[in-house]
Amino acid sequence: MKTVVLMGNPNVGKSGIFSRLTGTRVITSNYAGTTVDVSRGKTRLPDGPAEVIDAPGTYSLTPTNPAEEVAAEILGEADVVVNVVDATNLERNLYLTLETLERGVPAAVALNLWDEAGHQGITIDVDGLEELLGVPVVPTVGLSGEGIRELVERLGEARPSATIQPMSEEERWVAVGRITGEVQKIAHRHHTLADRLAEASIRPTSGLFIALAVIAAAFLAVRWIGEGLISFVFEPLFDLYTPIVMRASELLGPGILHDILIGRLIGGEIDYVESMGLLTTGLFVPFAMILPYIVAFYLILSILEDTGYLPRLATLADTFFHRLGMHGYGIIPVFLGFGCNVPGALATRVLETKKQRFIAATLMSLAIPCMAQIAMVFGVLGPFGLQYVVMVFATLALVYVVAGLILNRVVPGECPEIFLEIPPYRAPDLRATATKTWMRVRGFVGEAIPYLFLGILVVNLLYSVGFLDLLAAAFAPVMETWLGLPAGAAVALLVGFLRKDLAVGMLVPLGMSPEQLVIAVTMLTIYFPCVATFVVLLRELGARGMLAAAGVMVTTALLVGGALRVILIGF
Amino acid sequence: MITMEKTLLDLEPGMQGTIARFIGNPGFVRKLRTIGIREGKNLTVVTRHPLGGPVVIEVDGREVTLGRGMAVRVVVDVAA
Ligand SMILES: Nc1nc2c(ncn2[C@@H]2O[C@H](COP(=O)(O)OP(=O)(O)OP(=O)(O)O)[C@@H](O)[C@H]2O)c(=O)[nH]1
Ligand SMILES: [Mg+2]
Repeated sequence: MKTVVLMGNPNVGKSGIFSRLTGTRVITSNYAGTTVDVSRGKTRLPDGPAEVIDAPGTYSLTPTNPAEEVAAEILGEADVVVNVVDATNLERNLYLTLETLERGVPAAVALNLWDEAGHQGITIDVDGLEELLGVPVVPTVGLSGEGIRELVERLGEARPSATIQPMSEEERWVAVGRITGEVQKIAHRHHTLADRLAEASIRPTSGLFIALAVIAAAFLAVRWIGEGLISFVFEPLFDLYTPIVMRASELLGPGILHDILIGRLIGGEIDYVESMGLLTTGLFVPFAMILPYIVAFYLILSILEDTGYLPRLATLADTFFHRLGMHGYGIIPVFLGFGCNVPGALATRVLETKKQRFIAATLMSLAIPCMAQIAMVFGVLGPFGLQYVVMVFATLALVYVVAGLILNRVVPGECPEIFLEIPPYRAPDLRATATKTWMRVRGFVGEAIPYLFLGILVVNLLYSVGFLDLLAAAFAPVMETWLGLPAGAAVALLVGFLRKDLAVGMLVPLGMSPEQLVIAVTMLTIYFPCVATFVVLLRELGARGMLAAAGVMVTTALLVGGALRVILIGF
Repeated sequence: MITMEKTLLDLEPGMQGTIARFIGNPGFVRKLRTIGIREGKNLTVVTRHPLGGPVVIEVDGREVTLGRGMAVRVVVDVAA
């Protein structure tokens, strides 16, 4: 089977074309560095089935960060290359085109964003370009699918270029200029009001106000949508469901099966947070407490991603992130991490050096709780008063900054400066936004629910063999003396390795004061990542890096926990 | 027209110039050129962030953010 590799500069629409070719949905967003790993899918070409590979974007075949390394490496697997080119920015894109064609691999060029090129008054002589490059050139619009069929048909003609031969770097630049000059015409364009408004969002003062407004609006929207979904959709559903489980509980009668499926009844009733049965807590926590916020968060994130605002925010935040040993693009792992730490950890690949990636990954694990955990914190601490929720997040923000300042000093290595293209603003496409939100929500359901079930099962089994009491006793000194928490909180921390959201729920039956809950929840965020994130971090940082990061996490957890205890509870 | 050489960092927001050359190793030069910052292109400084923050420029209708350490190594011809 042939392997087709999609190569191109960042943010030119490779992933969109991949989705069109294969029917396999992958994430697309309006900023450079959305794809940081390869995706594989299948398609049918005129001469039979083929594997298609979506690579991260790269400006040249000499990579400057791990995402680009992945792209340069995957080129070796290609039987055919589809070089995706931004038609609104031909000159810049052609360098990689020439580099690729010089490798002598059969190729075709997709002139993507053809619609935008038209709007901007850019015309490209497609036949002329085809002649100069010596490979098929097809205009495409990844968003609507225009031109994809022709691209597939013409892939049959893809062969090594006869006109482009290996050349030196300087010669290549000359060739880029010559080709662009011959085939491209640009109608002169004046600055519009929209351009000026767009610029306001990247200037220091106006940009700061816009950023604060955007972040506040995003936060309020997530809360509002999440709460709305809970009170109008999910709680009514569970009200209908309760009589059914009560009936099941009666039918089952007491015993181990009842404990596992329904859990403990509290005052003769089902308590959806505390009962700990698969059919009670196991369904309620993910669907009625977490899912609504996951939906809300990913909807808003998709909109932020697709407008092209994030790179502007990265520019505004650069000075701050630079002090923490990263640069402004470190904001991408933070945003994605708030959804789920796993894509957050992967997104550290947009940073250039090991030092930057280590700091970004460690700080995220320390201080960025995922949406599932945040939802539970609001659910559990919210009823005591919003000030307790604020305490948790203020502590975590402080940890992020202080740990960053320290790590920047002690971690050896370089911190290159920000270097980032700012994409044009685009109105998010409704369907694309809905699809992306749905993909991510489905991902949550597919991964979170099995782990939650597993977690509940493990907790029930370990309780029944008495292991958890042993564990609690073993950790009692640290928990009680140092953190001021009941020994049972150790169990929740252990479960936190499986799922942090479940662990937050497990704190409820311990009957702690709100202050103790603040400490416990903060510890749960800092002390260690969940197993899914751990696996990715181990791969991204290596065993030594992970060991160092874990050392930072445990130390920070103990220091911050001890300090919080003194501040909130006293000695 | 009489022109004089300045570094990109010396240009105030709103000022325009023509990129003359880069000071740095081939890797640095390639990084700039492949993102569209090339010798002979006209650039406009969109903004310069305070406290050692980055510079945002516009080349060929596209904005690029770059750190000051990089901006100081981009030499620009400006009308004197
Ligand atoms: N108007 C228009 N927008 C497009 C087209 N193709 C892609 N887009 C948008 O361009 C943005 C980038 O698309 P992606 O498919 O994520 O680009 P990519 O090349 O995979 O980007 P990286 O993975 O970051 O390298 C998204 O917001 C798309 O919706 C097109 O032909 N026309
Ligand atoms: Mg992509």
